[in-house]
Amino acid sequence: MTAHPAAIAAAPLPSAPGASISVRDVTVTYANGFTAVSNASFELDPGSICALVGVNGSGKSTIFKAIMGFVKPVAGEVRLCGLPVEAAIRKNLVAYVPQSEDVDWNFPVLVETVVMMGRYGHMNFLRMPSRADRYKVDEALERVGMSAYRSRQIGELSGGQKKRVFLARALAQEGRIILLDEPFTGVDVKTEAAIVGLLRELRASGHLMLVSTHNLGSVPDFCDHVVLLNRTVLAAGPTAEVFTHKNLERAFGGVLRNFQLGGAALHDDDDARSVTVLTDDERPLVIYGDKHSRRQEPDGH
Amino acid sequence: MDTEIGLLGQLLVPFGYSYMLKAMWVSALVGGVCAFLSAYLMLKGWSLMGDALAHSIVPGVAAAYIIGAPFAAGAFFAGIIASIAMSFVKQKSRLREDAVIGLVFTALFALGLLMASIWPTSVSIQTIVLGNILAIADEDVVQVAIIAGVSLGVLLLVWKDLMVTFFDENHARSIGIRTTFLKGLFFTLLSACTVAALQTVGACLVIAMVVTPGATAYLLTDRFGRLIVISVALGVTTSFVGAYISYFLDGATGGVIVCLQTLLFLLAFFFAPKHGVLASRRRQRVAVEAAA
Repeated sequence: MTAHPAAIAAAPLPSAPGASISVRDVTVTYANGFTAVSNASFELDPGSICALVGVNGSGKSTIFKAIMGFVKPVAGEVRLCGLPVEAAIRKNLVAYVPQSEDVDWNFPVLVETVVMMGRYGHMNFLRMPSRADRYKVDEALERVGMSAYRSRQIGELSGGQKKRVFLARALAQEGRIILLDEPFTGVDVKTEAAIVGLLRELRASGHLMLVSTHNLGSVPDFCDHVVLLNRTVLAAGPTAEVFTHKNLERAFGGVLRNFQLGGAALHDDDDARSVTVLTDDERPLVIYGDKHSRRQEPDGH
Repeated sequence: MDTEIGLLGQLLVPFGYSYMLKAMWVSALVGGVCAFLSAYLMLKGWSLMGDALAHSIVPGVAAAYIIGAPFAAGAFFAGIIASIAMSFVKQKSRLREDAVIGLVFTALFALGLLMASIWPTSVSIQTIVLGNILAIADEDVVQVAIIAGVSLGVLLLVWKDLMVTFFDENHARSIGIRTTFLKGLFFTLLSACTVAALQTVGACLVIAMVVTPGATAYLLTDRFGRLIVISVALGVTTSFVGAYISYFLDGATGGVIVCLQTLLFLLAFFFAPKHGVLASRRRQRVAVEAAA
């Protein structure tokens, strides 16, 4: 019955035509009667990095749960790669990278064991790794540059290394859709750049990444799409269209610190554009006139 | 007469009695399965749940002996009542979980003691609370062996799935592991093995059987697979040897087993190569010297 893992890996997922997420009119009501998200809709295509942005309690984690099938919408439908959620999960199409604070870093597992957990869905019920599974783990560790640390206990790593281990697990799992929960919390700028570089590579190979983040300033740097949430989808689409001052004010209300510096107050010339600084976290979003300031992209030099 | 047997002969005496042989292998089996479970239990901060469970099933065991039913059935029934009572009190009040557990398990334990003292049976309170493996009846041996054997078999099949579930439940679900079912299975096995251990070390010391071996192994390795092997080896050895030594100390099997386990824990606590107290002192000293 069970095909050889190598055969599964080599096959280009025939019944999954490209990575895509389709959320249509989804309403999620929990057992206690709380409706976390109502009438949420957005569509995402392969080869994309999409930011899921909103205040705490705006429904980011509910959207994640709906995509992973942990909660069933009371109305509407989620389809992944054209399949219902359960079917997509069975095909290992969805990989999840947890928030750092959700992981027990004292758990007695080695780096390579965590990455091997990504392969479990491809194995039989005894979870005996084949040679192909071991190869995928080696490859994933190599790709995130963590091969040298494979025999470390996971708690012995730095914040950025920890993140890379879980990314390696997602790679080993060969999920076409990767969900990242607050990937940049507690990570320094250099590591963030490394992670972003890796996400761009994955985008180039057709993966679809949905990133929940507080880090507004980084969003225009690496996300080509944005979904703005506040108990429903306020706006969704390409970053340049959606990630605007006006939309962000709608999404965040009074939660953001908002500094606006008039053009004339900054410099004595005809440039009448004003500088807007929006922040709720470590890195502020700077809008100059109506354009985002962009940092130098790592692959641009 | 005894003096002529010689020291070696004296040491082999317990192996000459069938009740001692029975006590040693039943203890070893129970100790092994409990140690397997302990590898998981201590990782989630659920250690005291085992204690609560062991105390809560006492009235069930007492009732089973009074009416002459299999003790495992009574314990199982009491376990279900305990968990229903806990979730009911938790839902209907603002009490925190630890208070609810403390409340329910002491209430049931007291009820068990009361029942056993009002309707004296062949099994005394002391046997239920402290265990008495040396006097275990043959039909109880069968029950214990079935429980321990089945639990061990199931654990060997699902140990990796349980590891993923305990480590990262979201990931486990995303690869299609039925985590709710697995956690239910784990607690069912835990309850069953607690019942089995009741016979060996008694209700008061069951907690040691499902915590100490895992805690000791945790100090000795960073690999979960090895942790299980070390833990089970510790559980089997201490239980077997404990039952053996108790022959010479006249009774108190549970006490001897748990003391042995604690002794090994203390050795690991101080002398473990990486996570021991002395090792961290040494690391600290090296770091200070390097900085100087």
